[in-house]
Amino acid sequence: MPQGILTFAEQRDGAFKKAAYEAVSAGAALKGDFGGAVSAVVIGKGVQEIAPQLGAYGADEVLAFDQDFLDKYSTEGYGRALVQAVQAKDPALVIVPATSMGRDLAAWTAAKLGMACAMDSVEIGVEGGKARARRPLYAGKAFAWVEPKDGPLLVAIRPNVFAATESAPGTAAPVAVQPLEFSADNLRAIVKDITAPAEAQLDVSEADIVVSGGRGIGGPEGWAPLEELAKVLGAAVGASRAVVDAGWREHAAQVGQTGKVVAPSLYIACGISGAIQHLAGMRTSKVIVAINKDAEAPIFKVANYGIVGDLFEVVPALTEEFKKVL
Amino acid sequence: MQITVCVAVAPSTETKVKIAPDGRSLDTTEVKFELNVYDEFALEEALRIREARGEGQVEVVTVGDGSQKEEVRKCLARGADTAVILKADIQEADSASIAAALAARIGAGESRIVFFGKQTVDGDNGRIPAETAVALDWPLVAKISKLSFDGDHFVAHREIEGGVEIIEGDLPAVFSAEKGLNEPRYPSLKGIMAAKKKPLEELPVELGAARTVTVDLQLPPARPEGRIVGEGAATAAEVVRLLKEEAKVI
Ligand SMILES: Cc1cc2nc3c(=O)[nH]c(=O)nc-3n(C[C@H](O)[C@H](O)[C@H](O)COP(=O)(O)OP(=O)(O)OC[C@H]3O[C@@H](n4cnc5c(N)ncnc54)[C@H](O)[C@@H]3O)c2cc1C
Ligand SMILES: Nc1ncnc2c1ncn2[C@@H]1O[C@H](COP(=O)(O)O)[C@@H](O)[C@H]1O
Repeated sequence: MPQGILTFAEQRDGAFKKAAYEAVSAGAALKGDFGGAVSAVVIGKGVQEIAPQLGAYGADEVLAFDQDFLDKYSTEGYGRALVQAVQAKDPALVIVPATSMGRDLAAWTAAKLGMACAMDSVEIGVEGGKARARRPLYAGKAFAWVEPKDGPLLVAIRPNVFAATESAPGTAAPVAVQPLEFSADNLRAIVKDITAPAEAQLDVSEADIVVSGGRGIGGPEGWAPLEELAKVLGAAVGASRAVVDAGWREHAAQVGQTGKVVAPSLYIACGISGAIQHLAGMRTSKVIVAINKDAEAPIFKVANYGIVGDLFEVVPALTEEFKKVL
Repeated sequence: MQITVCVAVAPSTETKVKIAPDGRSLDTTEVKFELNVYDEFALEEALRIREARGEGQVEVVTVGDGSQKEEVRKCLARGADTAVILKADIQEADSASIAAALAARIGAGESRIVFFGKQTVDGDNGRIPAETAVALDWPLVAKISKLSFDGDHFVAHREIEGGVEIIEGDLPAVFSAEKGLNEPRYPSLKGIMAAKKKPLEELPVELGAARTVTVDLQLPPARPEGRIVGEGAATAAEVVRLLKEEAKVI
């Protein structure tokens, strides 16, 4: 009988992602519902050093896969390690963050194990001792509860939705370094390199505040007021598809049904009309501010606070006001 | 080189979602179906590889109830050589059961490149490419935004948070396409005419049992009624005050 909860703690370059703490905390919050312990899995190079930190977020133990060849993410390297961990622990619930890495890993691992899987979930529930998850469909135009036909469930949780809670500050979790049941020869598609933009940019899917621009900006130039506002707020700059398709911004910044789905605590939409495909990507933001010169723009229907006006006047004024209070 | 492109015919992104009386599926009565957005990039990439190599065949495969014919025909019009509808009732299917049918078809053929879209716009799963790769025991290279080949060796790019992964490997392989991989072409009139004569086969298949089941589908809680605070730059101070004192997000 599967028991306990296994969580995947994502790290890159020896530092845990916030999503790692969210995954471990989500597991810790459900401790007891499935019997057994809350275990965390860490995969990478030199990760033994950082593994104990997860105790603070409620991990009872950490399984570490620490190998030079696991330095960078690869589907089969990390996938095989997670498969091995699941087979060792036989958990009732597996929690993985639904980041780029986590989604890839979750899909492959579920396939390899023949396990039920819920992508991009926003809630985990328990029904008759079985795990279930609530997840958006149609880019958030509907939400479904999904559950395994039988057996355990692998849930990928949407970043920024579950709290990262330091439930046991200062607690170091015991670390069990795992022997490998596979080798570098098993990896057929390998990440050779990761290129980062010259200036590190905050990703819209990771940011707590997103300032987005649309066709109202008028061109590839004209983004300075938004970038200035984003800088003051520590926000990421997002974009509508119209401006991405026009080549004014990178695809990585696109918010919406065919871009990124974001759920920051504050979303500021500037010169964006609010098409159904854009709303799908940001309507679960906690608070939405919209600036648009057209009072009839659909974006105002979802905006907690709307300002009718020219963004080139309103955005700099907002920046000045934020500077006063931050 | 034989290339397979797996496509889904999915509700248009303009769909206003209504829940069916069963409480766990989409009411499709007024829904327009079209080729899944990401699958357009998958098909385009396959066509470009065929063109670059100057040889080969592109086959489009979908698992569906048969109502996908018109959209599949459009893939032929864009330049695919052949198409197959693996005919089954997909109402109760999940990623695993659809992938099993796809893998059986691909495994029995000559393809060494399989393309998918990164996810369907209705399920937002992105699981079928992985399920298929595992069933075939081929490497998976998901969500790619760039792809190049040197013979059987490939280099692919994948956008991750704040960077791009450069991924290398050898065929055979399963790829899934992110938006931005290419600019999909529109079918030409010549293509549309030619498509009428291209083979579009329907093959009945048995789907295995689903592992993941949807038990309840609901509309999201409504957001509070939108509120316009005021006009022009003079409103900025009030909005910042509300964000701090009322919404408490800053
Ligand atoms: C299959 C499909 C998928 C799609 N996916 C996405 C997606 O993922 N994300 C997405 O965003 N879109 C998506 N779209 C596109 C979507 O339908 C809209 O076309 C797009 O969102 C419009 O972008 P926009 O709001 O920037 O431009 P517009 O609709 O042109 O709106 C510009 C707005 O700016 C305002 N404005 C102009 N000047 C100013 C000014 N000086 N000050 C203030 N306001 C000003 C105007 O009043 C207007 O409301 C998709 C479409 C399709 C068909
Ligand atoms: N019924 C289907 N038949 C064939 N391919 C499909 C089907 N459904 C989805 N796909 C493919 O799998 C990709 C990912 O779908 P999903 O995993 O369901 O999000 C899609 O972009 C398609 O390429």
